[in-house]
Amino acid sequence: MTPANRKKNTRPDKTFKSELKRRFDMWLLQHAQAFIFSLGQYIKYPISNILTTAVIGISLALPASFYLLLDNVRYVSSSWDGSVQITLFLQTDVDETRAAEFANTLSSNNNINETVLIKRADALAEYQKLSGFAEALNTLDENPLPNVVLVKPTLDSADEAETEALIKELEAMPEVDTAQYDSRWLKRLLYLLDIVNRLIVILSTLLAIAVLLIIGNTIRLSIHNRRSEIEITKLFGGTDSFIQRPFLYSGLWYGVFGGIIAWLLITISMQMLHGPVKQLANLYASDFQLIGLGFGNSVILLASGIALGLIGSWIAVKRHLRAIEPV
Amino acid sequence: MIRFTNVHMNYPGGNEALRNINLHIEQGAMVYITGRSGAGKSTLLRLIALIDRHSRGQIIINGQNLERVRNRRIPIFRRHIGFMFQDHRLLNDRTVFDNVALPLVIAGYRHQEIRKRVQAALDKVSLLTKVNSYPMALSGGEQQRVGVARAVVHRPAILLADEPTGNLDPALSWDTMKLFEQFNQVGVTVLIASHDLDMIKRMSKRIITLKTGRILPLGGTPTAS
Ligand SMILES: Nc1ncnc2c1ncn2[C@@H]1O[C@H](COP(=O)(O)OP(=O)(O)OP(=O)(O)O)[C@@H](O)[C@H]1O
Ligand SMILES: [Mg+2]
Repeated sequence: MTPANRKKNTRPDKTFKSELKRRFDMWLLQHAQAFIFSLGQYIKYPISNILTTAVIGISLALPASFYLLLDNVRYVSSSWDGSVQITLFLQTDVDETRAAEFANTLSSNNNINETVLIKRADALAEYQKLSGFAEALNTLDENPLPNVVLVKPTLDSADEAETEALIKELEAMPEVDTAQYDSRWLKRLLYLLDIVNRLIVILSTLLAIAVLLIIGNTIRLSIHNRRSEIEITKLFGGTDSFIQRPFLYSGLWYGVFGGIIAWLLITISMQMLHGPVKQLANLYASDFQLIGLGFGNSVILLASGIALGLIGSWIAVKRHLRAIEPV
Repeated sequence: MIRFTNVHMNYPGGNEALRNINLHIEQGAMVYITGRSGAGKSTLLRLIALIDRHSRGQIIINGQNLERVRNRRIPIFRRHIGFMFQDHRLLNDRTVFDNVALPLVIAGYRHQEIRKRVQAALDKVSLLTKVNSYPMALSGGEQQRVGVARAVVHRPAILLADEPTGNLDPALSWDTMKLFEQFNQVGVTVLIASHDLDMIKRMSKRIITLKTGRILPLGGTPTAS
């Protein structure tokens, strides 16, 4: 009947291929049109679109920056975590040779990884140097400091009970005066960070839902505003996928630009915090620097924006586009 | 081209808009549908375009039984049809060019082809100079002619026009009808719903008169409002 059909009889294979290519070209063309058209729509109404995008950007930036903050705190605390140790103050009548033997026997204990002996003379010398009381200390005829053994347990520092038991065992030894284990606050910090982490997960979920709602509602409004256009398009044979494409692409644009705004907000804030944090770190003789977003996290941030944009517009399109029929 | 056999149309709510319609319109015909307000003229056109589905009977358009056209295939089916309305329904935020190009963009034509065809269509309705204007900047008659151009730009097999001249003065109405006649002469089947009996009679084409959902027997004297 049609020329295409006639060709099919003579060269079926070739026609099939060229038909496939024609369809693919058309598909590509229509995607390009929707892509550019939706960007054009975005630029056409700059104020409302920028406002919407800013809200999306802030909603993305909030959880992202909390995660970043948590990352930084974790990084700082992890350098303390490794140094969990028990400090044993030995009895004053234990002299240095006995202290060395004692430290040696301790290190063969299964629960102990390593022991370090700080001889009372060394401790005094260091104390004199650091405290500035050198003169005053010189007047003492006897060294008031005990020998000290630093014990690094092999135990998992998170296991409170086992560490507690080890401390009891050490304290019961005749050479030991007192045992100090001062990492309880560190553990509290770790638990606290766990709670904060969960709070951030909850917050992120809520804000992600907010972004979905914002994008969904914006797309719903633009579907509403372009109702007559949709009706005409349906009347002239526009398929559902043809009609929904520009709306999905607008969702994509909201996501992309929202992600970029979030990235800018975080990067600028980090830049502003950089100086003060460095000064603080210097006070603690640390060369700590704020951990920024980095490439990977930036990609994740942008990808979350895009995913939320697409999902939000998809939901709006599914709910509101079908309902419009030509009249 | 268009064949109705015992077609009934009930709108939800029990409104019987068409009753037992039997109708045959050959390919390349130009037919007027007239009748009082509420007689079912628009309904008839809507059934042909699958905007609504008929309740009973059989409709065959261009060899296709409409009952067999699934909802998913409706868009493709509609690409063989052109539409015209009383309230021209142009998109006010798009130029004349973009308005006329819409059916071609939907069908996935390439840019060069679209350009060529839109210009040809606008040339036919003598609006080439307004290509870049917005509909608001056109007179009512010009807007209507843009509507005509949009309805024929994709070279549909059937042109459906619902009160295309409702807003126009007699001279412009006559011009529009003559335009339809031109398209009809190149093979398009044209169906026009209209109240304007005087003009319809002067066109001396086939007239189908509806009265409360029924077709009046041939030659029946219609009493349009
Ligand atoms: N969507 C609808 N739902 C219910 N009833 C409808 C609907 N559309 C039309 N009708 C009814 O169907 C009948 C025919 O309507 P139709 O629009 O076809 O008339 P018409 O001949 O086009 O009238 P007019 O000249 O006023 O346009 C009317 O009684 C009308 O009330
Ligand atoms: Mg009507």
